[in-house]
Amino acid sequence: MNAAILINLAYIASAILFILGLKMLSSPETARRGNVVSSVGMLIAVVVTLLNQGIVDFTWIAVGVIVGSLIGVFAARTVAMTAMPEMVAIFNGFGGLASLLVGWAALYGTDATTFLAVTIVLSVLIGGVTFTGSIIAWGKLSEKMNSRPMLFTGQQIFNSILMLAIVACGVMFAMDPTNLMYLYILIGLSFVFGVMFVIPIGGGDMPVVISLLNSYSGLAACAAGFAINNLLLIVAGSLVGASGIILTKIMCKAMNRSLTNVLFSGFGSPKTGTKQVEGTVKPIVAEDAYFILEAASSVLVVPGYGMAVAQAQHVVKELQELLEKNGCEVVYGVHPVAGRMPGHMNVLLAEADVSYDVLQEMDQVNPRIDNFDVAIVIGANDVVNPAAREDEGSPLYGMPIINVDKSRTVFVLKRSMASGFAGVENPLFFKDNTRMLFGDAKESISALVREFG
Amino acid sequence: MEIVFLAFILILSIFLGFELINKVPATLHTPLMSGSNAISGITLIGAIVSAGSDHELIATILGASAVAFASINVVGGYLVTDRMLGMFHKKKLEGKK
Repeated sequence: MNAAILINLAYIASAILFILGLKMLSSPETARRGNVVSSVGMLIAVVVTLLNQGIVDFTWIAVGVIVGSLIGVFAARTVAMTAMPEMVAIFNGFGGLASLLVGWAALYGTDATTFLAVTIVLSVLIGGVTFTGSIIAWGKLSEKMNSRPMLFTGQQIFNSILMLAIVACGVMFAMDPTNLMYLYILIGLSFVFGVMFVIPIGGGDMPVVISLLNSYSGLAACAAGFAINNLLLIVAGSLVGASGIILTKIMCKAMNRSLTNVLFSGFGSPKTGTKQVEGTVKPIVAEDAYFILEAASSVLVVPGYGMAVAQAQHVVKELQELLEKNGCEVVYGVHPVAGRMPGHMNVLLAEADVSYDVLQEMDQVNPRIDNFDVAIVIGANDVVNPAAREDEGSPLYGMPIINVDKSRTVFVLKRSMASGFAGVENPLFFKDNTRMLFGDAKESISALVREFG
Repeated sequence: MEIVFLAFILILSIFLGFELINKVPATLHTPLMSGSNAISGITLIGAIVSAGSDHELIATILGASAVAFASINVVGGYLVTDRMLGMFHKKKLEGKK
């Protein structure tokens, strides 16, 4: 059989395995096998590609695969679960960079037609933006950079000129693909654009950015697929592109903001609501909190990024076990944008061996919220801020929240009275049924665990 | 006609992607991201062809670096997804099997 036909038939098999793998991700029971299925699809694709008759020398392929795999294995083994967002961010970036390079390399060995030039422009542009955008996202997530939004005067004008320049360079290159100068400028400009795209976005909006970059990394692969005329790249790339778009949509909906608002507004500069916050803050000590918990028959735990920072997930699980032993029901209410990436809290709690059937979504816990004796808020702030419901002047107004203030008692575990990412005052802290347990989340929960002991 | 054909595949795959991903529960969104990230490393197969062909040297260099970056994505992405998914458990039955 002709090698080209064999390769393409195997690509169909790979595409099917990718699709089945993603389908199996729809349930935690089959998800792990689904990931294996998907990786087998990848293995088949790589192996049959080696049969390609255009390949004359395997040295550089081997070097690249070995170097990349070693780094990949090391990163996957050593990364802490709390650092997952920055790891995914940097991987997105590598995917984008690889697509940029593949698109660029497509220029050699064939006669450049206008169609080819256009596809190269697209893969270089999307790949470049994904690469530097992800590097900045990684910097902000790992706190190597200030995670506040970076804004400067004339930013919008600068970005508009940048976009015009990118379009102009792309058109010039498409008209004359032999003139590589335009391609080089285009690569440089897309790198700058990636940076400009992420710097105005604040830490709290990172779940949106990281989902969007995830989508771009797929679209970059897709564009590279057009450039080298490879159907599997197009299929796999668009599956990933679609996945990222859906996640982006879910994140935006959970913050009640449009994508344009997230990308261009520079959220995070301190704003104040119109309503004056009334009431006083009522601190509580672990000993008193214990008596309330001991009498409770149902407890809701609402985790946020603060739980990740304090590495408190393991002691939370200990507390859960003690409460359950005491005959109390414990449920976790996870807001879609809690943490720095979609599903971040779930992974952390899974790491601490919390069963996934007690991890519930906002829409599952809100209808029965007034039946919880105690809601424990651990390092979450904006996602439980009742101003989103009550204060029309608040920047959070309209965002769906977990209505912990409606449960009988609320414990808020917090370091200090500082406001959340959005920089908005939280009236929850001043409500009559709220008690503040100040201090490091891990320390506070350990203290509770000791009271039980 | 070639362009139409490729565009056709593109559109159908995007719709298929929407259908598939909409069914993924919020609990699994992080593994979904890292797993789909590994899939986007499919660029690897394009990179392999560039790195192995006898075109200009620059194409080989570009290809080889692309192979390295895409391999990080593929290998790291699948492994870390597996590690994460291995942590998801239902309540353990008393007295392990």
